Amino acid sequence: MPLTYDSVNVGDVLTEHASKPISRHTLALYCGASGDHNPIHVDSDFAKRFGMPDVFAHGMLSMAYLAQLLTRWVPQGQIRHWGVRFVAITPVHARVICTGKVVEKFEADGEKRVRLEINANTDGGLHTLAGEAVIALA
Amino acid sequence: MLDKSFIGSTSAPRAVEVEKGQLKFFAKATDETNRIYFDETAAKAAGHPALPAPPTFLMCLGSLAPDREDILGKLGIDIGRILHGEQHFTYLAPIYAGDTITLTTRVTDLYDKKGGALDFIVQETEATNQKGEKVGATCSTIVVRNT
Repeated sequence: MPLTYDSVNVGDVLTEHASKPISRHTLALYCGASGDHNPIHVDSDFAKRFGMPDVFAHGMLSMAYLAQLLTRWVPQGQIRHWGVRFVAITPVHARVICTGKVVEKFEADGEKRVRLEINANTDGGLHTLAGEAVIALA
Repeated sequence: MLDKSFIGSTSAPRAVEVEKGQLKFFAKATDETNRIYFDETAAKAAGHPALPAPPTFLMCLGSLAPDREDILGKLGIDIGRILHGEQHFTYLAPIYAGDTITLTTRVTDLYDKKGGALDFIVQETEATNQKGEKVGATCSTIVVRNT
């Protein structure tokens, strides 16, 4: 049954969504699939040359996992706007754990909406992405 | 110190086709399990005319556009020194496989922090489809490590 505005309450928590461990292979696939060809995510020689200990995951890969958190909750067409700050680098091999909760119910532009607080953390306990999303609910 | 005269500069419009194969590749790379994003039969059964582009793909279109503007090159920044600071999306209409999306990017701010150790580049990209409908916008903050 589709979620409705009346059935959702401030404090409700979305079903947690966790990625698989991000391998170097995942990073190579994401490099090609996203069009983000920055070698720092796939070439450890390049990463070291620029002072990083190793390659690290694209921030947008974690944001794609956060998008999956949202589209498992509502159809994509109900997302009005959303955004994140990348607060720490996601190391290779980490699993990304995506969480969200309802923090506000309101009306805007003639429709009922909820505001979610969303976060990504690694399985190592590192907080990597922080943001919010505004979702329309009938 | 970035050349602040670039604030307000706008790219030439860049057209990019939303390729079905690229959407399937993106679904594979992100371990997508919702079939509407990689199986056209499932997408159509869910009421979509074609495979929908997932929420963050709007930004990928900017990277995939063939005549990509090189703001980093213009500002003299090496790609090895950049990190992603923020990303925001606003949606007005869905984007589907087969659409041609035209992107226009404007540099909205350039600033530095920590005595110039970090530079910030803020860019806003607006997207329009082949029917002339605005489909959305995305705002990106890039951080440049100068030390």
